Amino acid sequence: MQIRVTVNGVEHVSDVEPRTLLVQYVREALGLTGTNVGCDTSSCGACSLHVDGEAVKSCTLLAVQADGAKVTTIEGLAGKDGSLHPMQKAFMENHGLQCGYCTPGMVMAATSLLKEIPNPTEEDVRIGLEGNLCRCTGYHNIVKAVLACAGK
Amino acid sequence: MIPAAFDYVRAGSAAEAISLIGQHGSDAKFLAGGHSLLPLMKLRLAQPSVLVDIGRVKDLSYIKDAGDHIAIGALTRHMDVEKSSVLAQHAPLLAHAAGHVGDPQVRHRGTIGGSIAHADPASDLPATTLALGATYVVQGPKGTREIKASDFYVGFLESALAPDEMLTEIRVPKMNGAGWSFQKFNRRAQDWAIVGVAAWRRNGDSGVALVNMGQTPVLASSVSGALKSGASIADAAELAVAEASPSADNNASVEYRTHLAKVLVRRALEQASA
Repeated sequence: MQIRVTVNGVEHVSDVEPRTLLVQYVREALGLTGTNVGCDTSSCGACSLHVDGEAVKSCTLLAVQADGAKVTTIEGLAGKDGSLHPMQKAFMENHGLQCGYCTPGMVMAATSLLKEIPNPTEEDVRIGLEGNLCRCTGYHNIVKAVLACAGK
Repeated sequence: MIPAAFDYVRAGSAAEAISLIGQHGSDAKFLAGGHSLLPLMKLRLAQPSVLVDIGRVKDLSYIKDAGDHIAIGALTRHMDVEKSSVLAQHAPLLAHAAGHVGDPQVRHRGTIGGSIAHADPASDLPATTLALGATYVVQGPKGTREIKASDFYVGFLESALAPDEMLTEIRVPKMNGAGWSFQKFNRRAQDWAIVGVAAWRRNGDSGVALVNMGQTPVLASSVSGALKSGASIADAAELAVAEASPSADNNASVEYRTHLAKVLVRRALEQASA
């Protein structure tokens, strides 16, 4: 089936099998491998990206469901000149990662969270990131990074 | 994990969706947000030959004040139920419970109708709407009919929906002035409840339903009956499992679930009475 998806500002028209997952489409068809597959069962959040501005788990979405949508992946957050998004900077400055595997998903979930709650409390951030797991147990600095990005 | 191959068709309206599901037979499934169905398909626990995508039927996404009840379109997402000012005013228990489904990413896609039609006894919204005495409106080739939540859940992941019927609306009675509580006990925030309780009280009346305490969501009528005849909260909570038939799994034995249900019902009633 033919789909038309705008990914990081670039429109793509692609033929996909209906069973193609959105994460598979961005990684394999478009070569955007910043979005990771972790648990593959919509638990860990490593595959989080934005569909029409909201974080979703792209391992539990078909590419055909995103037909017509605007998708943003971690590659689309940084400026064209390579300058980091404020959330990426905040993760770097607050040591919000160790191995880095969960980081793209964390950053995408966190930017979506700040759109919904621009001025969050620490509890808002912890609850808002409940869909993202970090096996390095780096939650403390991740929460610090999100609060720093929100200006706290 | 990639689902087995299937044909994909898109419906623009409820009528078209019902016609498409009729054409494709009992092997076809509706796809709404996909957050119950796609995980099953990836694990090959479900292998429909056709998916009828109803996710673009926009006129089934609404929350309306309909006089004595609130009408919620089946395709309303959990996030929109959670944040609804209409529900916050008239049925806050449902809005609160919707905020406990999965995590924000899941709530951006999953729908209230999808969750109810999936009829998972471990899900939050089947039990919550059961406690609230909701009515579900379903549409089929012969027209629409209403099914009470208390008649809807017939077995594990099994509902009173016919294969060619689609859930279109959830009607929740207004609960202004009722005390309420939602208790969800789990190990990770995003998980299903090991045991959950949705409860409300108003004057002498109450509604109590249990999550993950049997093959279907369970209406704890004995608890409400005891409260009505003047029993204390502690005594009423002892009857929590009278209608339940819990099973054991990795998280809990039958004994543990039984104990937990009594404790959580007591806590819920205390909170709903405060």
